[in-house]
Amino acid sequence: MTLRAIVSGALLAAFACAATAQDAKVLQQKALAATCANCHGTNGRAVEGSAVPGLAGMPAAYLIEQMKAFKSGARQATVMHQLAKGYSEAQIEQIAAYFAAQPRN
Amino acid sequence: MTMQRRNLLQGAAALAAFGLAGCATTSVPSKARVLVVGGGYGGATAAKYIRLLSDYKIEVVLVEPEEAFVSCPMSNLVLGGSRQLGELTVGFGALQSKHGITVVRDRVAGIDAVKKTATLASGPVISYDKLVLSPGIELMWDSVTGLKEANAAGQILQAWKAGPETQALRRQLESMPDGGVYAITIPEAPYRCPPGPYERASVIAGYFKQAKPKSKVLILDANPDVTSKAGLFKKVWAEQYKGIVEYRSQHKAVAVDAKTGTVKFEVQDDVKADVLNVLPSMRAGAIAVQSGLANSNGRWVNVNYRNFESTAAKDIHVLGDAIQVAPAMPKSGHMANSHAKVAAAAIVAELNGWEINPAPMLTNTCYSFVNAREVIHVASVHEYVAAEKTFKAVAGSGGLSSAPNELEGTYAWNWARTIWADSLA
Repeated sequence: MTLRAIVSGALLAAFACAATAQDAKVLQQKALAATCANCHGTNGRAVEGSAVPGLAGMPAAYLIEQMKAFKSGARQATVMHQLAKGYSEAQIEQIAAYFAAQPRN
Repeated sequence: MTMQRRNLLQGAAALAAFGLAGCATTSVPSKARVLVVGGGYGGATAAKYIRLLSDYKIEVVLVEPEEAFVSCPMSNLVLGGSRQLGELTVGFGALQSKHGITVVRDRVAGIDAVKKTATLASGPVISYDKLVLSPGIELMWDSVTGLKEANAAGQILQAWKAGPETQALRRQLESMPDGGVYAITIPEAPYRCPPGPYERASVIAGYFKQAKPKSKVLILDANPDVTSKAGLFKKVWAEQYKGIVEYRSQHKAVAVDAKTGTVKFEVQDDVKADVLNVLPSMRAGAIAVQSGLANSNGRWVNVNYRNFESTAAKDIHVLGDAIQVAPAMPKSGHMANSHAKVAAAAIVAELNGWEINPAPMLTNTCYSFVNAREVIHVASVHEYVAAEKTFKAVAGSGGLSSAPNELEGTYAWNWARTIWADSLA
């Protein structure tokens, strides 16, 4: 009885711990993606008639490829080539995964 | 009964034994409340993103004295005549209806950081778990003798806080005769919006060139040189506004005489102008100074950059122009919006008992019009450097436009529409 209580307590705690670590990571990913929202719209949804593309629902592989192209200079831009250089590959992957999972509207 | 209690105790012992103390199982307290003071680029964004990032679990109350948000970015276009102030105005309705934020039209008169309450000017006291303070700037009228009276009389305007003064300054420019002089004085850095005065001078010069070509724009700068986009602005003045714009550095305004339209300087000779636009020194918004939070020179608020918590008071997070900036961090609307997202995520994490982000990021994109259509930008990406507890520009990132261009004119207006929606809709 006593042993079972200890074991279940520990399991519960471990589960909760994994969940909070996961939640904290998801929050960090959302906050990272939010650094794009000032120009591309909240959650990647562009304002009506936007001259800048929305990012929500774009395939992750496409977003990663474009960011790499901005970084290398293969894709010309007014400002994105300068901003893309501020993000690591790991950060770009997280951002791309986030926007790929967002509904377009 | 005894048995159950022992089991519970042992369960707790097991938790401790597994070293899980730092891995709290608590979630957001059922009635966690964040009070946001100020509905500008920083405050409005923080209010919205605390709701978004907490899946609408944290209650947010926003206190703002103005009826609507009026953007400072783009307000120079109102002076140039290509935009109306109404196009730069956004209400707070969507924060309330779409995001469930309680918007209170009032001013915060006092903050009790120990009791964790704020008192509104109209009397009510609001308690908070976290306070977000985004008070913008206060103009230090006393830094220029005679300016407070001249401004109150409507003679010498600042129009640095966009609103009725923006329209009043436009009227002064419209009624100035051709051949007149418009002079803008710039205080020593740091001040709100580093390139703003140079953009203003350029856009007004653009208006003069079209409407009253014998007129002059005089830039009287307390700083040793143009503080932002210097090369680009100087090229524009030389190429587009030769004979219209004159730039003079090291002109620190110390007094004005509205009757004669004269500015006096610390060292240089007096200057007379038909339209005087005097920007005094600036500091953090009054409530930050009154609350004892402005612990950097009595002017700006020192914060821990990882979560934007004041170094002077626990659970008070300060954003935007009011803070003592990190290296290469401008006092801009875009930057305030960036601060707000980092702070919002940190507040949501802290109220959940989670670890706050060890590596937050900020961006800044700042567009300046040089006439009604052409724009130049400066952009940067900033990363939190844990070892130095500050933000630094990411090496190799960021940069400037190569030359003024109309494409960026389109992007600049698009930037404004998008960031207003990101902050307020």
